[in-house]
Amino acid sequence: MKILVPVKRVIDYSVRVRVRPDHRGVVTEGVKTGLNPFDEIALEEALRIREAGHPVEEILVVSVGTAESQQVLRTALALGADRALLLETAQPSVPAGIARVLRALVEERKPDLVLMGKQAIDDDAHQTGALLAGLWGRPQATCVSRLEILADGRLRATREVDHGLETLEVDLPAVVTADLRLNTPRFVKMPDIMRARQKPLDTVPAERYGLGEDAIEFLSFDPPPERTKGILVPDADAFVAALKERGVL
Amino acid sequence: MSRILVIAERHHDRLTEGTRKALSCAAALDPGGADLAVLGRAAEAAAEEGRRLAGVARVRLGPQAGFDPPLATVWAPVLARLAADYEAVLMPASSLGRDVMPRLAALVSGVMITEVAEVIDPRTFRRFIYAGNVRLTVRARPEAGRLVLTVRLASWPAAGERAGEAAPVVRDVPDPAGDPGTRYIGLEEHASERPDLQSAKRVVSGGRALGSAENFALLEGLARRLGAALGASRAAVDAGYAPNDLQVGQTGKIIAPDLYIAVGISGAIQHVTGIKDARVIAAINKDPEAPIFKIADVGLVGDLFTIVPALEKALERAGVGS
Ligand SMILES: Cc1cc2nc3c(=O)[nH]c(=O)nc-3n(C[C@H](O)[C@H](O)[C@H](O)COP(=O)(O)OP(=O)(O)OC[C@H]3O[C@@H](n4cnc5c(N)ncnc54)[C@H](O)[C@@H]3O)c2cc1C
Ligand SMILES: Nc1ncnc2c1ncn2[C@@H]1O[C@H](COP(=O)(O)O)[C@@H](O)[C@H]1O
Repeated sequence: MKILVPVKRVIDYSVRVRVRPDHRGVVTEGVKTGLNPFDEIALEEALRIREAGHPVEEILVVSVGTAESQQVLRTALALGADRALLLETAQPSVPAGIARVLRALVEERKPDLVLMGKQAIDDDAHQTGALLAGLWGRPQATCVSRLEILADGRLRATREVDHGLETLEVDLPAVVTADLRLNTPRFVKMPDIMRARQKPLDTVPAERYGLGEDAIEFLSFDPPPERTKGILVPDADAFVAALKERGVL
Repeated sequence: MSRILVIAERHHDRLTEGTRKALSCAAALDPGGADLAVLGRAAEAAAEEGRRLAGVARVRLGPQAGFDPPLATVWAPVLARLAADYEAVLMPASSLGRDVMPRLAALVSGVMITEVAEVIDPRTFRRFIYAGNVRLTVRARPEAGRLVLTVRLASWPAAGERAGEAAPVVRDVPDPAGDPGTRYIGLEEHASERPDLQSAKRVVSGGRALGSAENFALLEGLARRLGAALGASRAAVDAGYAPNDLQVGQTGKIIAPDLYIAVGISGAIQHVTGIKDARVIAAINKDPEAPIFKIADVGLVGDLFTIVPALEKALERAGVGS
């Protein structure tokens, strides 16, 4: 089995992101970045499939982004991916563009499983996985919190949905997107970082996989409306009185 | 003929409140009204409900068989055929909408925008990114394809009943077809007597501080008295104190109740983004420095294990609930 894991470099979740004074983007100077947390979970799942004894010939991680995305690909290699591919572009794209590129890539590499994040924590778009599955014409299981490979080679996936947990079985190849509770990713170890330097990381222009102009323009980045700090009350009765006063009891 | 199509969503055979919210968003796109597509089991009853809602121009009804339970691989190709008649297709940003709509966008080469919070003009929208830290204005290029939108539930009011005659119903949704390569096994539905988290007017939410599933049940008494839904932080769900569908936040549900009471929740940005549209936020936390107090309208510092029972009594004294 070949597993493809698309990963995105994002601003770390602990950073309080701020908009730039010119409203054309967010402040990135000196800001900590890393693998999108959901992509770390997707990669971890790929590693666990192999470690559970399923024959996995290759775990390929791919990122569409600027040269700086090499950093997250190196991390992914250190975590245990076999090889990495940077589809380089100066202008990071929206999910439609990324999915188009990934579609061309699966045509070429023919993975049996694409394991990716359910959402990127920067654009919070929650699109790329299902877009790719649609373009590819293959089954999808999104927001997966449990994954099992069945004896006949199909997948059984449990999804987190609005009213509980839904279980599907899908034929391969398929696209699976990882939710938070699928697993807890391992940490990178120093010797693995050294060893990962030997692993192949190829760079190809993303345009070669069909990245073109986006259909969406970003007009303005603004701070969201802020809530103001309220009052502290001394006890339960005052708490109830304050809520009554605000008309919600 | 309407230019906008809203995909109805049902829960227990009733239209969800999200469907009504999507209709409000559709009205902002085109005040002339939207068509409402109702697919699957009990669609007749849902269609009856739908044709009485404000903003519905027509109801398009499908065959009852083959659409339940809803699978993205089955729904998307049928919706793609319907979409051909419209400039924009909308669905609530529910778990189903998030699953189906990008697949639909792929099939119709559409322009997808997630969680529309505001409509500026028919091609320009506002939405939140970076866990709600940034409000982004985006425009779909005029020459790009049709719009595929999910509607941010916390941003829109639910469409009400219509004044005049009920909208007409047409039965022209095609049959589902093809082998989707997907088999539905089942839904482990988390049954609760509490109201639905997404549409409840009041929500009582618990965090890591509850410490166990047994302790989490402590919140039920309070929620019952308030007629409130239960919610939870990611930490509480990860630890198994609460089921997954109670998670509120960036990667869970984004809600806008009249009253949100956070109990033993620190107020991480990923959590706060899910509640900042609530009318009143109240918080109980033993740490006066907890970030939740920076956004709470009403805060009470102290140990939840003494405050929650005291609060129930105080509500009783104040004649709230029973
Ligand atoms: C990619 C990603 C996505 C995420 N998505 C979400 C999301 O959707 N929703 C979400 O909630 N989180 C999400 N998180 C997690 C988030 O960052 C926080 O870790 C989480 O919200 C913390 O939960 P908590 O407030 O319950 O726990 P903690 O941060 O541990 O806070 C517990 C609080 O309880 C207080 N406390 C302790 N004991 C008592 C007591 N006896 N009485 C009163 N107060 C007490 C403490 O002072 C503390 O403030 C996400 C994180 C990542 C990385
Ligand atoms: N630039 C990118 N390169 C590689 N994978 C990506 C990229 N952007 C998004 N993805 C993948 O798509 C998932 C969902 O992203 P999104 O649809 O943007 O929320 C992410 O978790 C990644 O797995």
